Amino acid sequence: MASRRQVLGSAAGLLAGATLGLQRTARAQQKRGGILTAILNPEPPLLVLGLNQQAPTQLVAGKIYQGLLRYDFDLKPLPSLAKAWTVSADGLTYTFKLEEGVKWHDGAPFTAEDVVFSCVKFLPEVHPRARATFDRCESITAVDRFTVAFKLKAPFEPFLYAFLPAGAPMMPKHIYDGSDFRANPKNATPIGTGPFKFKEWVKGSHIHLVRNDEYWKPGRPFLDGVTYRVIPDAASRALAVETGQVDLAQGTDVESFDVQRLAGLPHVELSKRGYETVAPISWIELNHRGAPINDKRFRQAMMHAIDRDFIVKNIFFGLGRVAHGPINTATRFHDAKAVKRYALDPRRAMALLDEMGLKPDAGGVRARIKMMVLPYGEVWVRQAEFVKQALRRVGIDVTLESNDAGGWVKRIGDWDYETSFDFVSQFMDPAMGVARTYISSNIRKGVPFTNTMGYVNPRVDELFDAAPKQTDAAKAQAMYSELQAILTEDVPVVWLTELEFPVLINKKFRNVNIDANGPNSEFDEAHLA
Amino acid sequence: MGGRFGYIGQRVIKAVFVILGIIVLNFLLIRLAPGDPAMVLAGEAGAADPKFVADLRREFGLDLPLWRQLAIYMQGILSFDLGFSYRQKTPILDLIVQRLPQTILLTGTALTFAIVVGVSLGALAARNVGTWWDSAITTLALLVYAMPQFWLGLMLVLLFSVQLGWLPTFGMNSISANYTGLDHVLDVGRHLILPSLTLGLFFMAVYARLTRASMLEVADLDFVRTGRAKGLSEGRIQRGYILRNALLPVVTYAGLQAGYLIGGSILIETVFAWPGIGRLAFEAVLVRDYNLLLGVFIVASVMVIAFNLLTDVLYTIVDPRIELGA
Repeated sequence: MASRRQVLGSAAGLLAGATLGLQRTARAQQKRGGILTAILNPEPPLLVLGLNQQAPTQLVAGKIYQGLLRYDFDLKPLPSLAKAWTVSADGLTYTFKLEEGVKWHDGAPFTAEDVVFSCVKFLPEVHPRARATFDRCESITAVDRFTVAFKLKAPFEPFLYAFLPAGAPMMPKHIYDGSDFRANPKNATPIGTGPFKFKEWVKGSHIHLVRNDEYWKPGRPFLDGVTYRVIPDAASRALAVETGQVDLAQGTDVESFDVQRLAGLPHVELSKRGYETVAPISWIELNHRGAPINDKRFRQAMMHAIDRDFIVKNIFFGLGRVAHGPINTATRFHDAKAVKRYALDPRRAMALLDEMGLKPDAGGVRARIKMMVLPYGEVWVRQAEFVKQALRRVGIDVTLESNDAGGWVKRIGDWDYETSFDFVSQFMDPAMGVARTYISSNIRKGVPFTNTMGYVNPRVDELFDAAPKQTDAAKAQAMYSELQAILTEDVPVVWLTELEFPVLINKKFRNVNIDANGPNSEFDEAHLA
Repeated sequence: MGGRFGYIGQRVIKAVFVILGIIVLNFLLIRLAPGDPAMVLAGEAGAADPKFVADLRREFGLDLPLWRQLAIYMQGILSFDLGFSYRQKTPILDLIVQRLPQTILLTGTALTFAIVVGVSLGALAARNVGTWWDSAITTLALLVYAMPQFWLGLMLVLLFSVQLGWLPTFGMNSISANYTGLDHVLDVGRHLILPSLTLGLFFMAVYARLTRASMLEVADLDFVRTGRAKGLSEGRIQRGYILRNALLPVVTYAGLQAGYLIGGSILIETVFAWPGIGRLAFEAVLVRDYNLLLGVFIVASVMVIAFNLLTDVLYTIVDPRIELGA
């Protein structure tokens, strides 16, 4: 007998399939043709999505490679290379039915063998996030030519959220099997299943992708191609949008102070969606290994001292929301009621510092800390300067430290910092992108994006371990709610903003930004107006 | 003439040692910067584990002792192999060969414009010293000289691209248009105007001021008076006597500038998204792409040395009184 989850899973697949079918008939008359020109910054090192998942790689390679699933703006899984899926009653076996008739760009057929190869051999070798995911599997097998079964060692409810193109891109077995993946000469000409094929990459200038005429979705894509232009200067990028020389800017392409101005232009449309799969939170990362930061009251005082509303309004110009806790409102299991809120209250902050015995000296200074500025653009410098002033008002004197990206990552990874600005992606489920910051088993020197703070709380470890194993959603929610309560009491980091990123699209294109993967998605529905 | 070639040979041998020194120094210097390519890639990936970082280090050979890394690199250099880019997984030589022509096109255009227009304006001003021609040129040169390059660039963009809509603001060609033949040349030319003007105007001002000052100085010398006394035409005196002698500082400056410009104008290439070698080097620093950066340094230093040598040879042509090696 089919379990409730099984039925739900298939129903979701069918429903999504039906909706897609409707859309297909409705859009059958779409104009074909046109080349969409988008900004690319910085230039990615390579375009093989299995080997590299940094932001600019995802933008371009997201049109070339695909995952088994897509996710809508509310993070509901949608069919992609997998047309349907079921979950066994015990939550241990995930079975995916693949689209038939899918071809790699070189003409070879895409089958269950490619999925098994990707998830057993390729990705665990080179992709840290996928390695963590597929380490949970006892076996990954091809049931038949177009069916794959993942058998987990223990239940892991968020498993369905691991199949984003960047989380688990499908790689061609016939090209990579038996080779050194990183050194494969075919890496220069990526081969995927996506709607656009790699055509040309002139380093420092542009990458050109052309329509895949053999694409598996009938009648798609509509566009003839997508061109990515490398524009390293922020002002030049804004100008390129303004003058219509590019049709699409996304992420941090345009400085936040330029966004509203560009959005007001008659030919430009602004969308703030399309980053729900990453949903990063920006925070002040704190190294718990020394005083006064190891005292919870000091961290709480910082929360009270900083006007985060001001940051959202005046530094990010309305892009984003105040972050009150560790789980983004766009991520699963967020619970607004569970988080302890810290209102802007400098007096309360000073009272907490008094309680710690940190009295102001003649200059009004109670404590001195060092803070590293994020080396990723002007907006982070502004935020740092604002935070410095806000903390000074309660007697915390901040020395800002600047590094370039290489130096910054090195110092965070090596715990060679006192406090630092940072932002970290959540990847849809707390087990994917939130737990890694707070669990003590992830304290690993020399590796960025781990628990670099050295925060240890056994109850937090326990809950993060237990929650994803729950197949009962209510029980999982209760655990995550407790976690949010504990973490907001402990304040391991000073949460600042749930980041939103602008997607600026020339109005002559439609259906560009249609799911939670936003500008990184395939663009197989995008068309000229 | 034998002297000239002997001199050049000597200089080339010296240059080889200078370049080897530059390689070793830079090899060590860049490793002083915190973080290595593996760390940068791990940071950009947004997720990492110990295996990821260790695998990359092994792949890049960064797990070897420093002296072995240097030995391996030098071995490659001796067989004209500049190594692989850690990041772009491409031979360094390919990357440089892809980028160098664009930089030469940009800087060559800017330099030609600067010298031709600058020297002409300077000569015009010197000939008409004290007149409104002189004042106008001197003022213009001073104005352009005093403007920060990036600001000048922005103003040019605002005028020619935003207001008038005549010229593109970035890149080297219109990708989607697929121009060929003459259309392609014209397309690149249109893209070339703003960056080369922005880069060249400053130097034009320098050459104008340099030429004017130098010509005025030479104009007072005895041989000019002698020329006039012999009854030579004013044109002949201006061109053959004054300008030719006044050109030496211009040649010196142009030689220096040409050498450095090959390293690329990072600022101009960045603002105008020009796919040149300056940006390549700058990005290599940020991502700690050691091999790529060293490769660019080597090419740049070869160019500086070559242009210095060329300048010395040019001296003897402009002014036959100068002897090489003396």
